[in-house]
This record gives sequence, structure tokens and C-alpha cells, in this order.
Amino acid sequence: MFSVRRFAAVVVKEFVQMRRDRLTFAMMVGIPIVQLVLFGFAINSDPKSLPTAVLANDNSAFSRSLVRAMENTGYFRVVAVVDKEADIRQMLREGAVQFAVTIPADFSRDVQRGARPRVLVEADATDPAATSNALGALKELQSLALRHDLKGSLAALQGAPPPFEIIIHRAYNPEGITQYNIVPALIGVILTMTMVIMTALAVTREIERGTMENLLSMPVRPAEVLLGKILPYSAVGGVQVVIVMAAARLIFDVPFVGNLWLFGALVVVFVMTNLALGLMFSTVARNQLQAMQMAIFFFLPSILLSGFMFPYRGMPAWAQALGEILPLTHFLRITRGILLKGSGWRDIAPEVWPLLAFFAVVLLIAMRRYRQTLD
Amino acid sequence: MTAEHGTDLAISVRGLSKSFDRKTVLQGFGIDVERGAIYGFLGPNGSGKTTTIRMLCGLLRPDAGSGTCLGYDVIRETAAIKRRVGYMTQRFSLYEDLSIRENLDFVARIYGVKKPRQVVRETLDRLGLTSRQRQLAGHLSGGWKQRLALAASVMHKPELLLLDEPTAGVDPSARREFWDNIHELAETGVTVLVSTHYMDEAERCHRIAYLAYGHLLARGTVAEVVASSGLSTWVVEGAPNGLAVEMRGMPGVDSVAAFGRRLHVSGRDGARLAGAMTAIQQRGLAAHETVPSLEDVFIRLMSEQPGGNA
Ligand SMILES: Nc1ncnc2c1ncn2[C@@H]1O[C@H](COP(=O)(O)OP(=O)(O)O)[C@@H](O)[C@H]1O
Ligand SMILES: [Mg+2]
Repeated sequence: MFSVRRFAAVVVKEFVQMRRDRLTFAMMVGIPIVQLVLFGFAINSDPKSLPTAVLANDNSAFSRSLVRAMENTGYFRVVAVVDKEADIRQMLREGAVQFAVTIPADFSRDVQRGARPRVLVEADATDPAATSNALGALKELQSLALRHDLKGSLAALQGAPPPFEIIIHRAYNPEGITQYNIVPALIGVILTMTMVIMTALAVTREIERGTMENLLSMPVRPAEVLLGKILPYSAVGGVQVVIVMAAARLIFDVPFVGNLWLFGALVVVFVMTNLALGLMFSTVARNQLQAMQMAIFFFLPSILLSGFMFPYRGMPAWAQALGEILPLTHFLRITRGILLKGSGWRDIAPEVWPLLAFFAVVLLIAMRRYRQTLD
Repeated sequence: MTAEHGTDLAISVRGLSKSFDRKTVLQGFGIDVERGAIYGFLGPNGSGKTTTIRMLCGLLRPDAGSGTCLGYDVIRETAAIKRRVGYMTQRFSLYEDLSIRENLDFVARIYGVKKPRQVVRETLDRLGLTSRQRQLAGHLSGGWKQRLALAASVMHKPELLLLDEPTAGVDPSARREFWDNIHELAETGVTVLVSTHYMDEAERCHRIAYLAYGHLLARGTVAEVVASSGLSTWVVEGAPNGLAVEMRGMPGVDSVAAFGRRLHVSGRDGARLAGAMTAIQQRGLAAHETVPSLEDVFIRLMSEQPGGNA
């Protein structure tokens, strides 16, 4: 009963209408650019001079050398030296400092003894991107900080293993997101935003403009209309992906490790999922404003709970459960997996099934909700 | 089934009712429309004409009632009906952001018209729109929009045309052309159901039905409707100012319509009206009885209270 000719007629019509609709075009190009600027440039992913508090239980030349070496990396700026553990905890919790460094008592004695004392660096990782580079710089310090102090008879303590150990504790948020995460993740965010909004308007627009009456009086089936509306917008999604990918590669030097064809195929799945969702909103909403509101209402949790804004593992269980339903959550894992870690089909398959299930359910609801009468 | 589809009636419905949000919009509506007939559909705004037409082509589901359209069940076989019916909506409902040509292309392909390019080209030629085919439909004037909509609704050669106030807001010469067009179509065997407010258009129909507040009040040929109204009408010539107002209060007078210095005075009670007219004649005014026009009848019907509906 599905007629390819009628479907094609709908596709052509939608393409032409899209071309005439400046807003759609502006969104198609504008949203990726705005988001790239916002998340790519404006949000500094390599902040320096982060406020740091030091709890120096051992006021020795060695500890002073360590603190100086930390400051010399450019990432740490010591704003307070305290002598009570409670104080340093408090400062970290309040967000007064980004890092709390605890130098143990007997630090200098233990170094000299070769007992390799442990220095604890606690990071406020609620914004992990802010701390990851600073923490990365600490590794080198282990071997270099005391270079000038360990001379003469102590020179033997230099080299491997380093004279002391830095223990890093990312407080509040165990998963650290690197800056490379953001730009590829934007593909998913942008697609979620634009695809859902554009199709959410697709059916309600026909109702509001009165063209639905004509469309319904003709022998065209719901599947032909709905799929015919999905296809042209998929092409828009493709253009957006190309824009972001090009920016990621050329401007942000994001490494692409995995198979781009596999990624492309999954982008298609993700795009279709969002389009189907938009269509579903479109069949539920009574007017374009409502459809728009539904799209935004969906967009917010997608951004907040998918692991884009906050690391997924840092969220409470209920939020994780919600996030698990959202297509963006799975698509972000797919993106990170393929682009950054070089994951193959086997690694990411568990993320693909939920996407397909979401697509099927939502499209089914849309088709059932799509009314063939004006009642 | 096939025998039924070969029936002489293009439309045959009984007891159609429809309400929106518990407000009854149409009550027990039934008509028979012969194939090849031009059937006029009249009634004041909000009387349920559009609702009825939508039910006939499967756009609305009746709450009660049954019937057939081109031999197909109006409730269960809407898909078959849609393929064979051309519907021109009251409000322009083609795509304003598509060009004239793109609209016709779309409609032709949705109906699965054979050789769509050729059909569209012929349609454009016939409309005289070939040179403007790239113009957006939204930029057309009202009259051209109607012509385009009519052309779009007949491309697939429907057996039944449903036209909902097709000439509202169209200038007289375009209306004349439009009706010539409809008569040509009817001569090829197409059945036309057309709603209108214009009396001259009603008189160009083979049969008419008058609907008010969801009730079918009159139907038949124009002459039958006039005869069955039981209305008497008198003409008063050279009426002085103020006479129309004065006469509205006289016994037996239901309505007075002024045409310049000539008044049409109508009433259902012929004897009482004649009595009132005698009084007028005694004042030295020229008054004589005439055959009520369709307009007299409709004005009378329209002024009736919206009785009977919930
Ligand atoms: N979809 C609808 N929802 C609610 N009321 C409606 C709807 N369509 C029509 N109506 C109401 O039904 C009545 C009849 O409308 P309609 O059939 O358009 O009359 P007409 O075409 O004769 O002017 C009107 O009072 C109108 O307000
Ligand atoms: Mg109407």
C-alpha cells in the first residue's frame, strides 16, 4: 500500500518548502556555528592559575620547593597556606579553591630516607575540563620538583622511582572529560536541537496554515507523509555533521581515531531517531508553539543528563536511569568511542540497540497519532 | 459491490450528525445527489455546510448516520472516496510557499495521475498561467487562487467535485467564468456539490439544499423550494422614506427588503399580508403580489429562530 511515487512527491515538496524557509536555513548553518563558538572557543578548556590551598604539615625547604614547582607549571596559584585539615576541606567544598594540596608531616625526612612520601592533591572536578590539564602537569613534578634540593649525598634519590609520589583525588566527580570530548559531542547536541525542533513543526505547520485539510483530502498515507517529511531533514542533519566535523578537525585538531564510515552510519541512525521524535511531538502538539515547547522540554534533559554537561558517572542513579533513555546519551558514547578511542562495531553495539528501540517506538507513536481526519 | 458503485446516486446519505465539544453542528442530515447534477448548498455562516462536505469526503467522521459517496461507504471506505473526489476547500489550502507549478506537480503525483508532467502543462495552459508558473501561490490574488485550487482539484478527473464557497470574494466576471467551467464539467458527467451564498449561483444549480443551524430546512429545484416555502411576496413601488420600517411592524409582514424605492414585503400568512397590503394601496401606493424570489425565501428562512438544536 505504501507508494514510492507518493512518498517521493512528499519528499520533493518538503525539500522545496525547506529551501524557501529562511529560518530553517539559518538554523541549519547558524546553530552549529554558534555552538562551536560557545563551546569550542568561549569556554576555555585550558584554564590556568587555578586557586590552590596548601596544607603544609612539614614546613621544610623541600615542601617550599614543591609548592614553587607547582606554581611554575602555570596551572596552580597558591592562595592560602593553612595548617588545619578541616580548613582546607572547607575551602575546597566552598569552591574557594580548585585544588587542595596536602603535604604530609615528615615530608622532607621521608624523602631523605627514600621512603617516598605521598602528597595528596585533591581537585574540585565538578568542572573536569578545568582541572584535567593541571592534573596532567603533576606527573612531571614528581621527578622534577626537588631536582635542585637533592644534591650531593642525596643525588642518588633522583631518577626513577621519583623521590615522592603525588596522589590525585578528583573530588565530587570521578570522570574527567577532556577538551576533545566537547567538539565531537556537539554533533549530537546540535542534531538533537535542530532535528527535533524542525520536525516538531512539520505537521503542526500544515495544520496551522490550513494545508492539512487539502493534504488529508488526498489519497496519501501517513507513512508516506511522515517518512517524506523525515528524509529532507536528514539531509540537513548531514550538512550539520559535516560542518562540525570539519571544524573539529581543522580548527580544534580533534583526533579521529576510529572508522568514519561506521560513525557516518550511526549518525544516520541518530538523526532518524531525533526526526521521528520531532514528528511525534508534531502529532501530539496542537500548534507550532506547543511543538516548539515540547522540543525544548526534551532538549534540556538531553543536554543535562546525557553526559554532555556533567559526567554521566557523576550523576545520581535516577538521573542515570533517565539519561539511559535519551538518544543523546548513547550517541555521545558512540561518538567518543569511535572518534576518540577507535571503538569498533562490537564495542559500541550495546549503545546502538537502545537508539533503534527509541526510534521504532517513537515512530510508531507518531504514525498512530497522525490523524487521517480533522476531528 | 460493483452494482452498487454503478448507482445513479453520487451521494446518498442519511441521518448524518456531528458535534464538536458537545455542541451539535449537524443534526440528522440526509440528501441524495444524482450523478451529473450540480447541487447547490446554501445556508448562513456556521450552519454546517463545511462540516457536511468534510464528512462526505472522509475528512470528518460522522457521529451518527450512514451513506455512500460514489457508492463507497462514507465511514469505512474513505480511501476509495478520496481517490475519486476533488475537494476545493473554503480557505485556500494549497501551499503558499510553493510555486503554482510545484503545487500542481505535487497534487498530480499524490493522486498518481498518469503522465503528470503533461497533465500539469495542460492545466497551466488552460488556466493561462504558463507564464507565471514559477510565481509563489501565496502571491496570487484571490480570484487566481480560486482558479488554481479548482484546477488542482480536477487534475485527476474526479467523479465528484466538492466545492466549498469557491467564489467567495471573487469578482463577477471571474464568477461567471467559474460557473461556465462548472457546467462544462457537469456535462462530462462530473457531479458537483457546491456551497455558496450567492442567489444567482444558486439559480444556476439543478437542485439546492438549504441548511440552517445544522438542520436541512428545504431542498429541491429552485421552483420547488420557492413553492414549498408557503411564502407570499408583494412589491411596493415608489416607497417613501420610513415606509420599510413602518411596514415591518404591520400584521402579516415577516420581512421587508428594500431595493432602492422598491420594497419586497414577505409573509407566511398570505391572507393577513394581503390585508396589510390593501391598507398600503389605500394610501395611494402601487403594490402588487409577485412570485417570491429565492432570496426572499432565504431571507425568510434565515430570520427564523435557531430552533430545534441543542
Ligand atoms: N473542528 C471544529 N471544532 C469545533 N467547532 C467546529 C469545528 N468545525 C466547525 N465547527 C463549528 O461548527 C459550526 C458549523 O461550521 P461550518 O460547518 O464551518 O459551517 P459553514 O461552512 O456552513 O459556515 C460552526 O459553529 C463552527 O464553529
Ligand atoms: Mg463553511
